[in-house]
Amino acid sequence: MADRHIEPDTPELRARWGSFAWTPENAEKAKDIIARYPAGRQRSAVMPLLDLAQRQVGAEENTQGWLPIPVMEYVAKELDMPIIRVVEVATFYTMYNIAPIGRFHVQVCGTTPCMLRGSDDIMAACKARGLHKGNTTDDGLFTLTEVECMGNCASAPMVQINDDNYEDLTAADMTRILDELAAGKQPKTGTQLPGRHTVEPVGALSSLTAMAEANHDYRGEW
Amino acid sequence: MSLADKDRIFTNLYGYQPWNLKAAQARGDWDNTKALMGRGQDAIIDEMKASGLRGRGGAGFPTGMKWSFMPKESKDGRPSFLVINADESEPGSCKDREIIRHDPHKLIEGALVAGYAMRARAAYIYIRGEYIREAETLFAAVAEAYEAGLLGKNACGSGYDFDVFVHRGAGAYICGEETAMIESLEGKKGQPRLKPPFPAGAGLYGCPTTVNNVESIAVAPTILRRGAAWFSSFGRDNNKGTKLFQISGHVNKPCVVEEAMSIPFSELIEKHCGGIRGGRDNLLAVIPGGSSVPLVPAAEIWDAPMDFDGLKAVGSGLGTAAVIVMDKSTDIVRAIARLSYFYKHESCGQCTPCREGTGWMWRVMERLRTGDAAVEEIDMLQQVTKQVEGHTICALGDAAAWPIQGLIKHFRPEIERRIAENAREAAE
Repeated sequence: MADRHIEPDTPELRARWGSFAWTPENAEKAKDIIARYPAGRQRSAVMPLLDLAQRQVGAEENTQGWLPIPVMEYVAKELDMPIIRVVEVATFYTMYNIAPIGRFHVQVCGTTPCMLRGSDDIMAACKARGLHKGNTTDDGLFTLTEVECMGNCASAPMVQINDDNYEDLTAADMTRILDELAAGKQPKTGTQLPGRHTVEPVGALSSLTAMAEANHDYRGEW
Repeated sequence: MSLADKDRIFTNLYGYQPWNLKAAQARGDWDNTKALMGRGQDAIIDEMKASGLRGRGGAGFPTGMKWSFMPKESKDGRPSFLVINADESEPGSCKDREIIRHDPHKLIEGALVAGYAMRARAAYIYIRGEYIREAETLFAAVAEAYEAGLLGKNACGSGYDFDVFVHRGAGAYICGEETAMIESLEGKKGQPRLKPPFPAGAGLYGCPTTVNNVESIAVAPTILRRGAAWFSSFGRDNNKGTKLFQISGHVNKPCVVEEAMSIPFSELIEKHCGGIRGGRDNLLAVIPGGSSVPLVPAAEIWDAPMDFDGLKAVGSGLGTAAVIVMDKSTDIVRAIARLSYFYKHESCGQCTPCREGTGWMWRVMERLRTGDAAVEEIDMLQQVTKQVEGHTICALGDAAAWPIQGLIKHFRPEIERRIAENAREAAE
């Protein structure tokens, strides 16, 4: 299991987050989310609501967002479930940040398929830029985590930063992406390999060539 | 002989064209779905059985048969559910992501047809949390389908009411296990349930449930349109159809590609991946079906047919057809030790042999990597893998054990060499 520790419940934490409530926009979203599940099964909505809450916290403090205990209590009340069941979920799933986090969450995949394609170099590039695994930089900008397989194996190595993936990375790409983010720019997402579109073999296509130019309907050839 | 483009199901695999409904319809999706459903539930299931489609999520259970396990009528008023497993997290696997972000309507139409065939009230698509942009596409595609009257009340004008909901996970590999997925959908920790009861009897909310992989569902409408005979014309007996292969690691051009089942490994690599990095002679070993299956050394994999039986014959498995290629520059012990770390990280903590065993195995693997161990520990490790394997509720324990067993079976001399070298250095 992953080693994670929940941010302790302190009077300061309560003072800051004790009055947490949905923004009007998120209140609407929460209602829609709960409606996806059968009546009486509103507890199923705990995962999407925790995600929504984490994003709201993030928006309020201009970080990637996390889940202070009072916020989890708010979600528990919304869904009429015991707080401990919410804490269980928040601590079990690694995408819920249970301690404060930086503006950009730099998640470098280090599992074997990425490792084979050079994720060590990507990690080294982060380190050279002053990022350390498990820590947030002093300016609060970057939190570095080594994560497990992100499902981008045919365009490895990769990093996920907040909601976007950057694939087919080199160390130079990684440094450039961090620099651009620090400068407030949005780097190009997806593959960084020149000439590659997504996960096709780079260079000449080995299949589906007709699809590259136009939306081809193959039914006439059946 | 190789698969022609007209016989590929996922024609927008690389996303050169838009994913939206209009473009998908121009490619043939949602083409008179009402008529497909009009054939009747039993006819659909029979066609799926005849196609020979085996589940694409790794276990390879016949899809049509799985659907037939669902109750034909509800005796006690409980509804049935279809749960679609889009929690793609097996290291090496990256096919469902391409389906969802580039061809989501194939999946959504498949959900309706499959859900109708098994008499389900609704489908929940459980997509892994890290697929953030992919989930955005999926939510938008589902909304499009509702807007066009393809889902919801009287879906496609068929007279059948069917809903599709998207549920995002939050970073737990174990939720790809079907009962853990159901627990997670119910708003709990994703810890697998004991079977029986099987989900077809008591699954989501205690109701009859079938859990299918994204690819199994997404190919269903095309199979029904083109017929079981077309689909089963590809691949060897018991290994029918086309399949998305995902090739990563040390090939010149890693890619995802749809090919006929049973294609030889060499052809797959030469035709689509530009060959092994540094040439055929530079190949060391291959993990042919995602991290959970044992590795296969170069000599044995080269001519092996890439299907369930062909890879079983070389002591491994097709799994999700995630082919991880390793050339001779690979630190093979480290490559497997990294997988051991993965399983340690992802163990849900429910069963003692897995919770304690995965950590223990990883720590020993780390010492074997540097050679800081005694030769007897290789056998001890082998023995421990046997004590974990088969002694847990779900297959994560097995999945953690098999890569190590494969390593010891094929690369024992390399492990012994490291131990000897380490001992020599210590003596100097």
